[in-house]
Amino acid sequence: MATLPVSLDEVRQHFGPHLSRATGMRLDPGVTPDKVVKTHCCFCGQQCGIQLLVKDNEVIGFEPWMEFPFNQGKLCPKGIKRYLQGSHPDRLLHPYEHDPSAPGGFKPLPYKEAIARVASAIERIQSQHGPQGFGVLTGASLTVEKAYLMGKFARVCLKTPYIDYNGRLCMVSAAAANKKAFGVDRAANPWSDILGAEVVWISGANVAECAPITTDYVWQAREHGAKVIVVDPRLTPIARTCDLFLPVKPGRDTALFNGILYLMIEHDWLDHEFIRQHTVGFDDLAASVRDWTPKRTAEVTGIAERAIRQAAEWWGTAKTSFLMHARGIEHHSHGVENCLGAINIVLASGRIGREACGYATITGQANGQGGREHGQKCDQLPGARDIANPEHRAYIAKVWGINQEDLPGPGVDAYEMFRKIDRGEIIGLLSICFNPVVSLPDNNFVGRMLEKLEFYVAIDFFLNDSARYADVVLPGSLQEEDEGIVTTAEGRVIKINKAVECPGEAREDWRIIHDTAQALSRPRGFTFSNPREILDELRVASRSGIADYSGISYEKIERQDGVFWPCPADDHLGTVRLFEPESWNPVAQGKGPFYFPDGKAHFNVTAYRPPAEETSRDYPLMLTTGRVVSHFLSGTQTRRIGPLVDQCPDPFIEIHPQLAARIGLVDGDWGTAESRRGSCTLRVRVVKTIRPDTIFIPYHWPAEKSANQLTIAAQDPISKIPEYKVCAVRLKKAAAPPPTS
Amino acid sequence: MPVPEANEFFVDPSRCIGCNGCVQACTECDTHKGYSMIQLDYVDQANSPQTVPVVCMHCESPTCAEVCPADAIKRMEDGVVQTARKPRCIACNNCVLACPFGVPKMNTAMHLMMKCDMCYDRTSVGKKPMCASVCPSQALFFGTRGEIERLRPQSRPLNTFKFGAQIIKTKVNMMVPARSTVEHLDVVGALYEPTVGNQLEDSLSPNGIDIEEMESESGKP
Repeated sequence: MATLPVSLDEVRQHFGPHLSRATGMRLDPGVTPDKVVKTHCCFCGQQCGIQLLVKDNEVIGFEPWMEFPFNQGKLCPKGIKRYLQGSHPDRLLHPYEHDPSAPGGFKPLPYKEAIARVASAIERIQSQHGPQGFGVLTGASLTVEKAYLMGKFARVCLKTPYIDYNGRLCMVSAAAANKKAFGVDRAANPWSDILGAEVVWISGANVAECAPITTDYVWQAREHGAKVIVVDPRLTPIARTCDLFLPVKPGRDTALFNGILYLMIEHDWLDHEFIRQHTVGFDDLAASVRDWTPKRTAEVTGIAERAIRQAAEWWGTAKTSFLMHARGIEHHSHGVENCLGAINIVLASGRIGREACGYATITGQANGQGGREHGQKCDQLPGARDIANPEHRAYIAKVWGINQEDLPGPGVDAYEMFRKIDRGEIIGLLSICFNPVVSLPDNNFVGRMLEKLEFYVAIDFFLNDSARYADVVLPGSLQEEDEGIVTTAEGRVIKINKAVECPGEAREDWRIIHDTAQALSRPRGFTFSNPREILDELRVASRSGIADYSGISYEKIERQDGVFWPCPADDHLGTVRLFEPESWNPVAQGKGPFYFPDGKAHFNVTAYRPPAEETSRDYPLMLTTGRVVSHFLSGTQTRRIGPLVDQCPDPFIEIHPQLAARIGLVDGDWGTAESRRGSCTLRVRVVKTIRPDTIFIPYHWPAEKSANQLTIAAQDPISKIPEYKVCAVRLKKAAAPPPTS
Repeated sequence: MPVPEANEFFVDPSRCIGCNGCVQACTECDTHKGYSMIQLDYVDQANSPQTVPVVCMHCESPTCAEVCPADAIKRMEDGVVQTARKPRCIACNNCVLACPFGVPKMNTAMHLMMKCDMCYDRTSVGKKPMCASVCPSQALFFGTRGEIERLRPQSRPLNTFKFGAQIIKTKVNMMVPARSTVEHLDVVGALYEPTVGNQLEDSLSPNGIDIEEMESESGKP
């Protein structure tokens, strides 16, 4: 039974989060490191280059890596303090089993015994309920090799269709929109194309806090005359220095893009030649936006009409531009349409596939890009292949040495897997690199579902908030304890280098998977002896696929400071910018630059739909959620690093002074936000930089501090991304802090 | 020369995103590991996300050193003003109170005033200071004047400041909009007695001094 073995307080007392701070060798300037390892940050999708200083198998500090071209030494506080996650008091050094009589509720277990226990539980559940009775949840912070291996493990070893990953909460709306519009899912341009843009359009991206290094690119463009347009319900640090700020009402981005297109058509700010030669579907789209007058756009989006007109004019008349967006427009029940709306105004301008003419989503997780290409997604096979496509299935089945009929079909998204637990269809679960009880919406439901599992095994380096529900916990590897490749927000494939060995009985994640396959007596296909061998197989598996990695090697990455995919041959340098006019791709076969048989990009009609949950008399406000600069995702790592916790110890409710006055709140008061699903009491922060009809809570915290107690599990029908960015809430003054903190 | 002459330090608060990267990175410097010599302040958080990194400006004629009764604070030949010398510092706090930029901090546990030494250990071996190396938005920039002119055509460096009647020239530059005059809200004009400082002026300038005029006043174009 997957329940908390002892009280939450008792688990926390033994397994943390405790705070690590620099002590001993890490504080001693006299210590000379044994080695300096060039690698990358373990956190966001920018994957800044960093050098780790290592002494006696411990990362004792860092040195900026000035030569790595993307960040040239720059790092945000997370990257600076990341080294404190190693040699951490909370580090899991053994496997553990659920045992209410043990301190903290978990008893150490010898590694072999733990693996055997996991294998027998899988065997038992699958023999009783069929292979699909067991599910796998994975994550986009895993290297490409591990992501590939997890997909193969689920399909070949466990024979279950039920695998999905935490990128479901992150990049899938943009991915789906990119596939619909361009036929390929990758940032179209390297970040260097931001520098020459005349207009930089940023929709729903808190660049300064979530992708800090990108700030310098944006402001460098601005130094040379670029106009910066920021669309966000909150005036974030990047918006403070922008030229035009559009404070959009949460969930109304499609309306804004439609309204911009209306003005582009009205003023003939269109690239007719590009539209005619390289796209299809413009006429239908143009007809569909006929009603999106500036007045109506203003009414729906809550943005002043004058500002909408100004934005359209700057965008419409620019010669070069870069449009970027992030979760702000993607985390919606119409996230795909929001992204398509953005792509529509890019295609109508004709400004793509050229220097300083770009479009990109700012991918959120370390391997957000690579992790969504090689088969840990429920509907996908390696090389960004489609699991429902017979040709794709046949190719991968051949690579894996199995019969095509034995390859499971499409599974379901991560949230749907929890609904399947509810319905008794998934009985056992393995999770790695995923902390669903913090990161999924309406997470009180998620906690109940973990309790319902007959068997739950979690692989992690710390006992994360979800792993506390596990029957068996296996100690996996920190990023710096293994090697492998990762694909950055730019589409640049880079190499993570091993700095230290796994401590105690902890193992590289891929070894744990191998050992489990062995213990299940299903070792076929799981006999790699290192990540390089996994990459070699992935190169074959991705060959001729859309995400073609077949020409990528560790050596080429080192030589070139990364390789942009597609890279289809050993002598191919990679593809820095997509959609260049004369470019070749395997789908268009030379007919045009886009990844469709005719080589043309697709305009998509984007009908405006309001959020799943509109405000009402009882719930009159909109809640939007997001990150702060010093924490990452569910906080498993950053809530354990002292200096990062000092910077932001607790979540808060950000509100406008008008709202504060109406409710009788002042800065620092306790406030309770309530939705139809849950409530959350936190201190309020009163600032003029948020819409008065919207409140904001950062989401990195668990249990009573978790914003996801409130959020709604409404999902985009195509991408299945949850609607984290808007739901209906009410706010009231609270007499006291929450009962436990 | 520990700091190559070609490289200078430039601060551009308009770029600061409040990420605290500089503050966190400063604690990683070998000469004062575990302590940050940088403060990051919100100007008025209720009204704006504007933040300002406060680093030592390394004055040509450092007030902190001038008011030190123990002669513990030294300005090196290269213009870097160093942390108080441990054997001399009497932890009297004069420097903390006198610095017009609010930079020096008293480490009460160590009875020592500590401040930025512009990463002496790094700059002396040709590296950039830690904070300017990592700053994601390059609000803190370390490079040549040529580089800053090429990279930031909309701004220009300023290193002359006026506090009441005191004019201070600094080694560190503050980036200001390229075409603007500097507004000085000078309460001194309304005082009965003038303040004292290292440069006393008989006649007080009016508000809205032109920068060129001020720079020529301090003897450098």
